[in-house]
Amino acid sequence: MSKLLLIIKREFIAKVRNKSFIVMTFLSPLLFVGIGVFVGYLSTMKAELKTIAIHDETGRFAKEFKSDEEYHYLDVSQLPISVLKDSIQSEHYEGLLLIPKILDNKQLEKKIEYVSNDSPGVLFIEDLEEVIAKKMTAENFNAVGLDTLKINSAKADVSIHLAKASGEESLKGLNEIKIAIGGAFGYLIMMFIVIYGNMVMRSVIEEKTSRIIEVIISSVKPFQLMMGKIIGTSLAGILQFLIWAILGLSAMFILSSVFGVQVGAAAGQAQELAQTAGKDMSKIALYLNELWNLPIGTILCSFIIYFIGGYFLYSSFYASIGAAVDNETDSQQFLLPIIMPLILGVYIGFFTVMNDPHGTIATTFSMIPLTSPIVMMMRIPFGVPWWQIVISMVLLFGTFFLVVWFASKIYRVGILMYGKRPTWKELVRWMKY
Amino acid sequence: MSSILEVQNVVKQYGDYTALNSVSLTVPKGSIYGLLGPNGAGKTSLIRIINQITMPDSGVVLLDGEPLQPDHVHVIGYMPEERGLYKTMKVGEQCLYLAQLKGLSKQDAKAQLKYWFEKFEIEAWWDKKIQELSKGMAQKVQFIVTVLHQPKLLILDEPFSGFDPVNANLIKDEIIELNRKGTSIIFSTHRMETVEEMCDYIALIHKSNKLIEGKLADVKKEYRTNAYDVGILTNNVEGLMYDLSQKFTMQQTDFKSLNDELKLQIHLGTHTANELLQTIMQRGQVTHFAEKIPSVNDIFIQTVTQ
Repeated sequence: MSKLLLIIKREFIAKVRNKSFIVMTFLSPLLFVGIGVFVGYLSTMKAELKTIAIHDETGRFAKEFKSDEEYHYLDVSQLPISVLKDSIQSEHYEGLLLIPKILDNKQLEKKIEYVSNDSPGVLFIEDLEEVIAKKMTAENFNAVGLDTLKINSAKADVSIHLAKASGEESLKGLNEIKIAIGGAFGYLIMMFIVIYGNMVMRSVIEEKTSRIIEVIISSVKPFQLMMGKIIGTSLAGILQFLIWAILGLSAMFILSSVFGVQVGAAAGQAQELAQTAGKDMSKIALYLNELWNLPIGTILCSFIIYFIGGYFLYSSFYASIGAAVDNETDSQQFLLPIIMPLILGVYIGFFTVMNDPHGTIATTFSMIPLTSPIVMMMRIPFGVPWWQIVISMVLLFGTFFLVVWFASKIYRVGILMYGKRPTWKELVRWMKY
Repeated sequence: MSSILEVQNVVKQYGDYTALNSVSLTVPKGSIYGLLGPNGAGKTSLIRIINQITMPDSGVVLLDGEPLQPDHVHVIGYMPEERGLYKTMKVGEQCLYLAQLKGLSKQDAKAQLKYWFEKFEIEAWWDKKIQELSKGMAQKVQFIVTVLHQPKLLILDEPFSGFDPVNANLIKDEIIELNRKGTSIIFSTHRMETVEEMCDYIALIHKSNKLIEGKLADVKKEYRTNAYDVGILTNNVEGLMYDLSQKFTMQQTDFKSLNDELKLQIHLGTHTANELLQTIMQRGQVTHFAEKIPSVNDIFIQTVTQ
């Protein structure tokens, strides 16, 4: 046991002392903030004003287009079409909308043309279509003697309120928040597995290439060495996350004390707002209430358990791959099958779980050990029966012990093998040695 | 004499390949034991079993009379042929770490390290990283790491490769010194001159089987060919050859001498050395008369190519 501790200590110190670890730990938050600021800056930049020339021979639609910050609509109906087509380039028109002189709306529907040198966005074209269609519909109503005002007032606007059987009021958009929370945890697990699993693998390869491995395993069991490596590396990773969390919290603290005045003012404003628009505030309160009603305890506990289970499961794969190859380049063919379930888990999480958190696919993949840490983490904010969580965890840890057992067999043989890159078949044979 | 290590009928198979085919060895306490064999003979497999890196499929290994158990790694020092150290770790930390893995407490490890570092005059390396050292320097550190925990049994696989002659000699003296203090030593090597010079017991493994084992002198006796190198100054070569051919078989040979004599290697056959001597004394002046002692190299090549 004390040998395992020695190995854990060495691996931890070796990782933490590494220059790239220090750089990563302190530089990546800066990078993160930098990217955030950059994206924020980009989104505040105003888009270039685009001019859309409208040649409307009917004279009925041109004035329906209202210029805004992004698009300037220019009525050029008096100019001949041939001149306009040539001047798209010279006048820097974004596009040219051609409405021919057809009186019958039914015929006109399919005859309108948009000429542009760029390929216009689908949404933009839909906007154009909507403006024309609205005008046409109104005209059509008038033509058959329907009162547009009455029709508008007769239109129903249904908005379904979501509620739970427990009686609490539910809110739209909460799904997005839930998937965001679950997704963040699931994604964190995946990132951690990929980054630190790779680190475990590289550390195994390093011991192989520096040939110290035989010296070490004449003192300790290969299994001890493998576990020590996995645990030591994960501790380094956890330290890194802790540093990031502390940096993030202190940054928030510093920011709020620097902008303390504004925060107070904002609070005052919020109160005023609440008085004037009490309805909106109650909605926000409802959201907050819903957030607090999320199974936070369950989320955090299962995050820790799935994190440990998932990371250990995958890093024992990584360790045995590191043992099987002589250098990182050779590891690619073995890494692919490991990365696949991770990516699959994230995709299923973001697409399937969001639409149908308790459907067959989501439930199945939250049970399969290779994807369960990610998929189940994304499902939990939606409320998962406890027995499903238990089954999934039992499966995960059962598989973990099985995989560690096989991985340590491959590891034990692999670390003493040099030279040619093994095939999958050989890996299977190693398990029997 | 009791034995430090006893290997009994050890079998090791890798799939269909048999690496060790019921090998038995006895290493006497306090001996320097040469483990010989061509590449791929099974030496490394055997050494790895002794170090409990792998387990035998069948057979028993006794260390100092007890079957191998996990704690035994603390009394064995092993320097593998493929050796290395953590390149980015500092020398001192690394030695402490490896010593602690061998069961030494931190204090004991420090005391031992101090002794060896002073002995080799390398105290200045303590805070250097292995990658800053030359290969020979790293080898010295490696040797210290191997013997630091004062093992009862030292297993050295090609210990002198990578050393320059001066340092090889230094290490050789240390090995002999350790042996004198009671450490039993197993050498696995291809350098036959080392074996001749240092080993008192040898074993030869070839194609997964042990072919020879015993005291070096006994093995040599067993492999003596009853051939003598003879040098004679004579005027009557034909007469001499005629006399000799009556009893012996012979061939031309060469050895170092100061005279310009006839040099022959003569096989005694059923006759004695005295008869040979009488025969040649009658025909001329004997300048050289010595039994041809088989070198370990000869024995090795003869056994392996048979």
